[in-house]
Amino acid sequence: MDKFILGGKEFDSRFILGSGKFSLELVKACIEKAGAQIITLALRRTNEGGIANILDYIPKNVTLLPNTSGARNAEEAVRIARLSREITKSNFVKLEVIRDSKYLLPDNYETIKATEILAKEGFVVMPYMYPDLNVARDLINAGAACVMPLGAPIGSNKGLCTKDFIQILIDEIDLPIIVDAGIGRPSQACEAMEMGAAAVMANTAIATAGDVSAMAEAFKKAIESGRTAYLSGIGMTISKGASASSPLTGFLHDDTDK
Amino acid sequence: MINKSILNEEVMKYNKNKTDHMKYLPDMKIIESDIMEKVMYAVQNYNYNHYTEYHVYRALEKEYCTPEDFGALLSPVALHLLEQIAQKARIVTRKHFGNSIYMFTPIYIANYCENYCIYCGFNCHNHINRAKLNIDEIEKEMKAISETGLQEILILTGESRKMSDVNYIGEACKIAKKYFKVIGLEIYPLNTEEYAYLHKCGADYVTVFQETYQADKYETLHLSGHKRVFPYRFYAQERAIKGGMRGVGFGALLGLDDFRKDAFATGYHAYILQKKYPHAEIAFSCPRLRPIINNDKINAMDVYEAQLLQVVCAYRLFMPFSNITISTRECARVRDNMVNIAATKISAGVSTGIGEHTEEITSKGDEQFEISDERSVNEVYQCLLKNHLQPVMSDYIYV
Repeated sequence: MDKFILGGKEFDSRFILGSGKFSLELVKACIEKAGAQIITLALRRTNEGGIANILDYIPKNVTLLPNTSGARNAEEAVRIARLSREITKSNFVKLEVIRDSKYLLPDNYETIKATEILAKEGFVVMPYMYPDLNVARDLINAGAACVMPLGAPIGSNKGLCTKDFIQILIDEIDLPIIVDAGIGRPSQACEAMEMGAAAVMANTAIATAGDVSAMAEAFKKAIESGRTAYLSGIGMTISKGASASSPLTGFLHDDTDK
Repeated sequence: MINKSILNEEVMKYNKNKTDHMKYLPDMKIIESDIMEKVMYAVQNYNYNHYTEYHVYRALEKEYCTPEDFGALLSPVALHLLEQIAQKARIVTRKHFGNSIYMFTPIYIANYCENYCIYCGFNCHNHINRAKLNIDEIEKEMKAISETGLQEILILTGESRKMSDVNYIGEACKIAKKYFKVIGLEIYPLNTEEYAYLHKCGADYVTVFQETYQADKYETLHLSGHKRVFPYRFYAQERAIKGGMRGVGFGALLGLDDFRKDAFATGYHAYILQKKYPHAEIAFSCPRLRPIINNDKINAMDVYEAQLLQVVCAYRLFMPFSNITISTRECARVRDNMVNIAATKISAGVSTGIGEHTEEITSKGDEQFEISDERSVNEVYQCLLKNHLQPVMSDYIYV
């Protein structure tokens, strides 16, 4: 069986679902249709004991992946991660360090610093990052459990704008590469999986769809399909000129030194 | 031009011995910044009459609007394209916020004021009931508010440093921290260290209304008190950010002067500040003076609902990630529609008086203005749900 292993846990689903930006009453149906086993949530959105508390809407058998959104530097991220472990009892943390309120681009430098601290404290650190190979290597050395490069700015639904750089990470990094942010359509999620991404995370694409839970299901299917395609080995593309009439290796048959 | 209904003899008297509104008073610290010059320059050169429909369509096609596009969206010609603008604004809002609408309520802890702003109910020459809650009363009020389920509070005072000093406001923040996750301030402008102190006490958001960005007009409306000093007020948001606050809010009281210029200045002010401090969270408030009923001719400065919507949508398209609050000065119909299009924050269970959330507080102070949407927290909550919006009590963590 093709299992997705992360932080010592086994998962069948490779679809990490975001829980922001849509009605709480849809969360449960969405998780079911998505077949998601991991769901992210912003600690800052939790309202323990209060009304509209997102934690009340997430089924108990799902692995919670709290994120550190709201953190503007490593120190704040570390504090939010510690708080989230207390509240959710989950060692998993999706590390987000953002000090840009316009594009919400991650701060790679601060993210490495926070990863190092949190990994030492026993967290399963899943850092959100801008796809840079050197940074990915530093994150691994700092103790990250995976690397989560962005496909495009958060919420943009633009797809794999950083495709070539994500491919480099997939090729060079031995830990799971999870494409996070920017995926706008099931076809893009499928493409990321075909490339060899270990999983895909999506939120806005589903939250802004006409039918939220139907779109969650579409993503599930796309991700499964992309994964199967990756495992089966993508077929060759025959491009024009690939079989030339005068082969470059023809001289090897001239048998001069036979 | 000034709206004559807000002038009286008292005002005329003050007009004779006025201080220089561009000069700082001794206790006001100056920070090094050129933002005001930039904003003033841009506003002076903003000629909304030169835009055509072409400019508006061009702005609507872009993912990120430039200040020039923002100017086009605020132009008179854009009003004819309001439906298209609103449609785009709605998409942009959903992209950034999903269907989340943040709920909060203001708490007025004191209404003493040392300023003479001729349009304001709290001004020091109005003979209203003044009151200031003591620490116990603040606690009672906050407890009562928190029991409605809200997690965000906006602390307001009249602008009197003497009667509501920074320590007093700091104590209010500390109490608020026990009951709420998000604490905002709408108080008189402070120096950077004072903002830092209030941040330490638990506050993280500061809103300051510039009222109007036309300094000449500002001067005729703010006759005395520290509020008269235009540049000190202008730089309040920057000092707040320097003091460690997470976010700052901006607002012009639309209709005091040419609302198109004031809205342009407000957006541009926020834009320049966010460029300088990219981590700063930005918010807009959109209060307006209602056009006077029975006014025999239509005044170009009047802000009707359509103009208000135009401004709200222009803020949204220019600064897509900013929060936009819609005031309780507006009626339920307008507010419910605004949050369906571009606004992301709505107050509920509002009283602009002092001590109104607790029956046993007897030293109640009069209200700053009359509200038009008297719905309770639960009523607004249910109404949002009915409109397929998700009420959010807190999307924030104090770190």
